[in-house]
Amino acid sequence: MSLKKLCSLLLAITMLSAFVIGCSSTASKVGVDKPLRFGQLAEPETLDPRLATGQPEMQFLLQMYEGLTTYDANNNAVPAAAEKWDVSQDGLTYTFHIRKEAKWSNGDPITAEDFEYAWKTLLSPELGSRYAEMLFYVKNGEAYNSGKAKAEDVGVKAIDNNTLEVTLQEPTPYFPQLTACYSYFPVHKKTVEADPNWASDPKTMVTNGPFTLTNWVHNEKAEFVKNENYWDSSKVKSKKLEFAIVENNTTRVSLFENDQVDITLNPPPSEIERLIKEKEVTIEPLLATYYYDFNVNKAPFDNPKVRKAFTLAIDRDAIVSKVTRASQKPAAAFVPIGLPDMELGSDFRKAGGHFYKDNDIETAKKLLAEAGYPDGKGLPPITLLYNTHEGHKAIAEAIQEMWKKNLGVQVELENQEWKVFIKSRAAGDYQVARDGWTGDFPDPLTFLSLLTSNNGNNNSHWKNSQFDQLIKQAKSTSDLAARIKVMHDAEKLLMDEMPVMPIYYYTVDYMIKPNVKGLVHTVTDYIYFKEAYVE
Amino acid sequence: MLQYVSKRILSMVLVIYIVITATFLLMHSIPGGPFTTEKQLTPEVLRNINARYHLDDPLWKQYTDYMGNILRFDLGPSFKYQDRTVNNIIADGFPVSVQLGTFAVLLAVTVGISAGIFAALRHNRTLDYMIMSASTLGISIPSFILASFLIYFFAFKIKLFPAAMWNGFSYMILPGISLAALPMAVVARLTRSGMLEVLSQDFIRTARAKGVGKRAIVYRHALKNSLIPVVTYVGPMAAGILTGSFVVESIFNIPGLGRHFVTSIYNRDYTVILGITIFYSALIIIFNFLVDVAYVLLDPRISLEKKGDN
Repeated sequence: MSLKKLCSLLLAITMLSAFVIGCSSTASKVGVDKPLRFGQLAEPETLDPRLATGQPEMQFLLQMYEGLTTYDANNNAVPAAAEKWDVSQDGLTYTFHIRKEAKWSNGDPITAEDFEYAWKTLLSPELGSRYAEMLFYVKNGEAYNSGKAKAEDVGVKAIDNNTLEVTLQEPTPYFPQLTACYSYFPVHKKTVEADPNWASDPKTMVTNGPFTLTNWVHNEKAEFVKNENYWDSSKVKSKKLEFAIVENNTTRVSLFENDQVDITLNPPPSEIERLIKEKEVTIEPLLATYYYDFNVNKAPFDNPKVRKAFTLAIDRDAIVSKVTRASQKPAAAFVPIGLPDMELGSDFRKAGGHFYKDNDIETAKKLLAEAGYPDGKGLPPITLLYNTHEGHKAIAEAIQEMWKKNLGVQVELENQEWKVFIKSRAAGDYQVARDGWTGDFPDPLTFLSLLTSNNGNNNSHWKNSQFDQLIKQAKSTSDLAARIKVMHDAEKLLMDEMPVMPIYYYTVDYMIKPNVKGLVHTVTDYIYFKEAYVE
Repeated sequence: MLQYVSKRILSMVLVIYIVITATFLLMHSIPGGPFTTEKQLTPEVLRNINARYHLDDPLWKQYTDYMGNILRFDLGPSFKYQDRTVNNIIADGFPVSVQLGTFAVLLAVTVGISAGIFAALRHNRTLDYMIMSASTLGISIPSFILASFLIYFFAFKIKLFPAAMWNGFSYMILPGISLAALPMAVVARLTRSGMLEVLSQDFIRTARAKGVGKRAIVYRHALKNSLIPVVTYVGPMAAGILTGSFVVESIFNIPGLGRHFVTSIYNRDYTVILGITIFYSALIIIFNFLVDVAYVLLDPRISLEKKGDN
């Protein structure tokens, strides 16, 4: 046998044995071997659920942890670590029954105390959590956080290992939706107490979700494996998740098209048209609204008629179809699409309808004349403020042009760097400013409560006691029909006064390979890989 | 020599001290802070956070505390990445930037110098024109355009290299070329003009007259003398490349230090801004010092003592 032949024979044997070994390892454990690869948007700021604040952290934490409840594909809160819960008659006390079979990744049982510990430490002034406000629904949560009450006054208590009693500040009918958010996730008390740096290294993290983190290379990648101790692990299909952490949106598209990731989102706007044509992107509604604030304390926007005239005089259809071009939906109200109304399957937005006609120049002109500025005459110089960004600039320029053409108003544009901009806007140092809001939980209140008088995010500084009253009712009424009605009334009042000018409802652009199955995502941009796998 | 070195070290420390102080003051004077976010924090929450990071102390106290920590080489915690310290961030990112940077510097220097020599030896002939036009392109094409072109061609069209990420040598080629293009072009030009100048000098003519071979003239006599401007350029250039490039690291998604230079300012991550500024300036200063030492080795007419007395 010649040397060449011998070599090829050896090679064939090696390949064959590799194949056999490969097959036998698949047979040994249930699950899909092929890793699911995700193009993550940014490096998480932390993996301690109590300190997390944003989308990048959420994407990791949703796979690693599980709250008392979780979301299903229709944005409903369903049992998770808790198998069920009871609500007291007055709606103030929730009793969660934690599953006996629920375990941490190290095999320890998950106890009510882990939840009590996590929530109380999150609220403690010493931890300095940036999202403490998310737990202010719990009785004395705010008081404890601001040093006016003690830890034992906080309304969360482990009755026994499997029973968690939560007392709320006021009845909050959507509380089970909140407990699915990452701020309400448990932490493993023993681990946290033993090592203050537990959340910086996958080796010291003890978690309770469908996957455990095994490797985290900062700003580059992360790897997860299926958590065999997870109570519902029979439903978890993929054995391995691989996240590539890619901030640059063009690079994410490159990785997707070069088959280095299976799922990613938010490609650059300039690419969307092509990607839609090549069927590489699916567009889903996102619980978010893009809008402009009017500074109601400065002339001429202290006059609701002027605010309304400016709102009506823009062509949102043209903005989404010619400027942003990513299938956003023109907004004729403040609360976006995708939230349930009275019955199952109904939509709050559809029930509430539109509050104005898009591009209604005639009415706009009339309103402006009624306000004392016929054809824009007599208006003071107006400046539109936005944060420095290509996309915001394009929209601002389009709107500037529309106001000029339709109302005869000359508007100056001004841009500021992000943090400078946020400061000016919050201080009311503007006339018209860009704004946007993404809902924290699937309930219209996540939008409507934004415009209450004392809300820190009410950038228009609009104050209306009737509106505040309606929101207060919506926060505390447990009668669903009455609640929904009050929220529709509140939105109508808001749109009559128009302190904000809705422009469009955001969408999220998913890029998903056709062989990816079982992915669950919600309108709040939560993506669950629990049952997802590559076919 | 010893006197010169100690003088230099003293002045280096002084420069770093000035850099720290200036950055510290500038940083605190730009509007917005690390916790200015789209979602406004309630005043109580903000107070707790400020207390956690000692941002509620008076500025002079923050400054003296920071200086004290620096003496212990502790650059403090990151405000944005809550489980990481600035030391961690530099320890994670710098080795990656160094790997990529070393590759790019070597590429720039070897290719650049050889191209410069060839161009000089073929002065005003086709090869010279070709090399000089290529170097004009290298200087004028921005790295992000070159990077996009390389990805399009080598990753999508001929599928030779990955489009992005960081997983070994094949992942280093495209970003390495993108980083090296500009310095390579500059090095080629500097070498060429240095060579041309030296080749026309009397001592080269003398060497030729003595019958020294062409090879020896180029490598032993001309090249060594023509490299002084190149070395002057390569020092700070190497420091710049080794600490990473924002554009290239972000396009190829490389977990280096470069992107933190930009993102930390955007995030107002005070400690990271300060930490990497100090780190970068220290590197630049050290590389400049090494360049000065290299001069002596290259050209006996330059003496450090004399320079130090200036």
